[in-house]
Amino acid sequence: MHPSYMVTEVLNLLAASLLLISFAMLSRRRTQRLITLFAWQGLVLFASTLLVAYSSGLRELYYSAALTLLLKVIALPWILQRLIHRLGVQWDSETLVNIPTTMLVGLGLVIFAFGLAQPISRMATTITRNTIGIALAVIFLAFLMMITRRKAVTQVIGFLAMENGLFFAATSATYGMPMVIELGIALDLLIGFFILGIFFFQIREQFDSLDLSNMEALKED
Amino acid sequence: MVILIVLGLPLLGALLLALFGPHRYAAELNIGISFASLIAVVFLVLRVLRHGPMLVLHDQFFVDSFNVFLVALTAFVGFTTALFSRPYMRIEEQRGHLNAARLRLYHSMYQVFMAAMFLALLTNNMGLLWVAMEAATLSTVLLVSLYRTRASLEAAWKYFILCGVGIAQALFGTILLYLAAEHVLGHEGMTALLWTHLNAVKGQLEPRVLGLAFVFLLVGYGTKVGLVPLHNWLPDAHAEGPTPVSAVLSGLLLNVALYAVIRCKILVEGSIGSYLPGRMLMGFGLLSAVLGAFFLWRQRDIKRLFGYSSIEHMGIITFAFGLGGPIANFAALLHMTVHSLTKSSIFFTAGHASQTADTQQMDGIRGLVSISPTVGWGLMLGSLAILGMPPFGVFASEFLILTTAMREHPWTTPFLLIALGVAFAAIFRKVQPMVFGESDAPPLPHSPALVPVFIHLAIVLMLGVYIPFVLAEWYRAAALLIGG
Amino acid sequence: MVRQFGEVALAIAIAPLFAGWIAQCRAWLQSRTAPPLIQPYRMLRKLFNKDAALAIDASPLFRTTPYIVFGTMVLAAAIIPSIATDLPFARVADAIALIGLFATARVFLSLAAMDIGTAFGTMGARRDMMIGFLAEPALLMVLFNAFLLSGSTALPSVVDASTAHPFFVDPSLIFAAVAFVMVLLAENARIPIDNPATHLELTMIHEAMALEYSARHLALVEWASDLKLFNYACIGFALFLPWGIATHGRDGAPELGLAVAALLVKLIVAGAALALIESLSAKLRIFRAPEYLAMAFLLAVLGLLVHLLLGA
Repeated sequence: MHPSYMVTEVLNLLAASLLLISFAMLSRRRTQRLITLFAWQGLVLFASTLLVAYSSGLRELYYSAALTLLLKVIALPWILQRLIHRLGVQWDSETLVNIPTTMLVGLGLVIFAFGLAQPISRMATTITRNTIGIALAVIFLAFLMMITRRKAVTQVIGFLAMENGLFFAATSATYGMPMVIELGIALDLLIGFFILGIFFFQIREQFDSLDLSNMEALKED
Repeated sequence: MVILIVLGLPLLGALLLALFGPHRYAAELNIGISFASLIAVVFLVLRVLRHGPMLVLHDQFFVDSFNVFLVALTAFVGFTTALFSRPYMRIEEQRGHLNAARLRLYHSMYQVFMAAMFLALLTNNMGLLWVAMEAATLSTVLLVSLYRTRASLEAAWKYFILCGVGIAQALFGTILLYLAAEHVLGHEGMTALLWTHLNAVKGQLEPRVLGLAFVFLLVGYGTKVGLVPLHNWLPDAHAEGPTPVSAVLSGLLLNVALYAVIRCKILVEGSIGSYLPGRMLMGFGLLSAVLGAFFLWRQRDIKRLFGYSSIEHMGIITFAFGLGGPIANFAALLHMTVHSLTKSSIFFTAGHASQTADTQQMDGIRGLVSISPTVGWGLMLGSLAILGMPPFGVFASEFLILTTAMREHPWTTPFLLIALGVAFAAIFRKVQPMVFGESDAPPLPHSPALVPVFIHLAIVLMLGVYIPFVLAEWYRAAALLIGG
Repeated sequence: MVRQFGEVALAIAIAPLFAGWIAQCRAWLQSRTAPPLIQPYRMLRKLFNKDAALAIDASPLFRTTPYIVFGTMVLAAAIIPSIATDLPFARVADAIALIGLFATARVFLSLAAMDIGTAFGTMGARRDMMIGFLAEPALLMVLFNAFLLSGSTALPSVVDASTAHPFFVDPSLIFAAVAFVMVLLAENARIPIDNPATHLELTMIHEAMALEYSARHLALVEWASDLKLFNYACIGFALFLPWGIATHGRDGAPELGLAVAALLVKLIVAGAALALIESLSAKLRIFRAPEYLAMAFLLAVLGLLVHLLLGA
């Protein structure tokens, strides 16, 4: 069997698992499970980046893969776990979500994303062109999760998952952005994450809970 | 070299202010750094005047007629806002709204924000532009939540999540742009995302990909411009953050975000060879202008009121850029300048006005003229200017936009007129009782720094009567560059 | 024909062993002392040696149902290509007929449970019908995924097609596999939906239906449910892990021996995995079951979508 064909097959497989994890995230109510799933998503991302790096022979991508492993598989999930333990919200769960409906909407979003990505996929020359649609779908699903959830931690996980989708788009469509920019993005992500972490404590101090439905004072009247 | 100084100074300042933040003269240091940046920018501008557009540091940074005046405007408003913030923040501290640690964060983040703005304007790299916009978001999130009250936390959270999502869309757009560029410019090095290089080959970029990229970029950066329906964060962030932050948000950040949109529009329009991007800008712009104007009626909070006014004006500017052509572009650039100057001066006076009355609710603010005539008249004149009364510069730009719209797309003029009329009635009705009338509130403990207000208004007035030759040349050159 | 009989005999023989293995893994995972592997056989023997007690108003339906259910499951085992694809029975019925067979067994068991007229039997029957009603479409969707890949609705052809490319795993199969495991757990009365170890009246489903049976009848019902689990596992292997199954034309004695060994290995791994899943998840309340099965259905649909849209 041709090696590049193999690579494409495995990448498609990884892309599909990424999508599967996104759907699993949509279907989970408990914060703790979401963090585990987020770590899994990071791991799949790491594997796919490594594979693209191997098949394209670009050294930059190895660095990106290492960065992914450090940041998204180890550091962020660990910090999130610590955070929810400190905040005492590890058993929090969303109650007001109708999961089958959300999944149905998610299904529609997947079709939409594939439709959007059709013209791009046709012109991308990299071995991974099929996966742009999936990357876009992952972004949309993370967005959907952010919309439907009411807990601060969950929204942040959605935000991070969205970034995962973007990263996957960057590696799969273009063999990665230039390194400087990727570093900039990673830095922004990390800083943003820390700011949010600080926010959790302040929000809890002010509102006595991390439930964002308390935060609806600023509305047009 | 000068560019590096312009970028480095605010960063150095942020570091210094973070180290010596609680010092008594932190506010003065902030002013000093802003002033030094302004001087550096003046040197930069002089160089551009003498030698024309320039590309430096392996083409990574550039100054052309489009961004040079925005850089100057940013440095100038950054400096005057620093002037204004000294007495304002001192009063806030005395009233116990802030402590020394928060003040240190404020000063430091203020300079980080300025650095991010300069980077976004000066970089030639679309990826770096994204990084700078995100950095600007992050620093302003911290600024908006400075008071740590329930309302400010809610505003900052909303701001972060909405702009975070928005900016993620922009990143996807940038990735698509890179995908298209890579085909033409190759993968090697950092050149594939350089705007000047892209602009040179924009005819060869794959139009379908660029079209899709533009949608994402417009939604992404458009969120930061505050275009309806992506505007939700804007009034909250303006109302709940400290007033100097509202002033720089309205006066600078919105401009820079729009600048990013326009840079993308130039590329995309060149690639797909149709007016579609312009039409999209027109649609978003018109919607923002009309809805922004109608939202004005329902506001009770003075800073929210002017936040919505910013949405309305950004809508008008976006609409004008969408119209395209030398005149509309010229008018849009002029409107960008005058709006930023006027709006920041209004926020200065509004800040002092709400400090005087100790509330941001407009019902509680009365008789400003009798307590502090400068604040009262400043607010009155600023409001008149933003409403487009002649002979202020806003009138000139709005007049140009209206006439162009009438000639090219007559159906849009009723909407524009409704927006302007509704905004006029809403703001005038609310500002008038605040300025005149009776009040028994005590005067402020520190005399407010209103010199910036009157300098801003004087410039706006001047631009309404006479546009200096140099500025007019820049506008014209930039208008040609934007094309459409 | 010999092959066919051998396969059915093997299925009947090791189905209780598989159930026992899962129970043993669960016990280990929960740090309990595990029952011996042959515990299910001991129980069956004990039950067969007892005298059957029947309710006074039990109809002939009640008495014949255990035989019908057991017979259906044996027939299903004959259709599923667990060790070889070249089976005379397998060509008679395709996978859709297979689902029909399972449905027949379910209908008879439910009718028998309601036949006696006790509250628990009726309740269990109603719940089981609801779950079956929701699980079948999901199972069909899972099968469609495989059908699309192989271009046939018969399980042997699916196996033949997928063993032709040994390293080829279509991305859509990941979705289908997850959906299939969810359906398997639901259909076989296992943990997120039902607890096979419980006798708590208000939560049990399968146990509630078997409550009135005793002696040889109970033995047959239990044996049939073990066979059902075994059959489902073998469907899963045929769809997702077909390696080792002796395909058409390559099914001499050594290949068959290898196929039996492969099947045993797969059963051991799958049993451990099922036990792990069951230990890790909590039982859902009964009104969460529709949500759970809807998710399985949607996942299978997503698999179809991925297949069609990726065009891989």
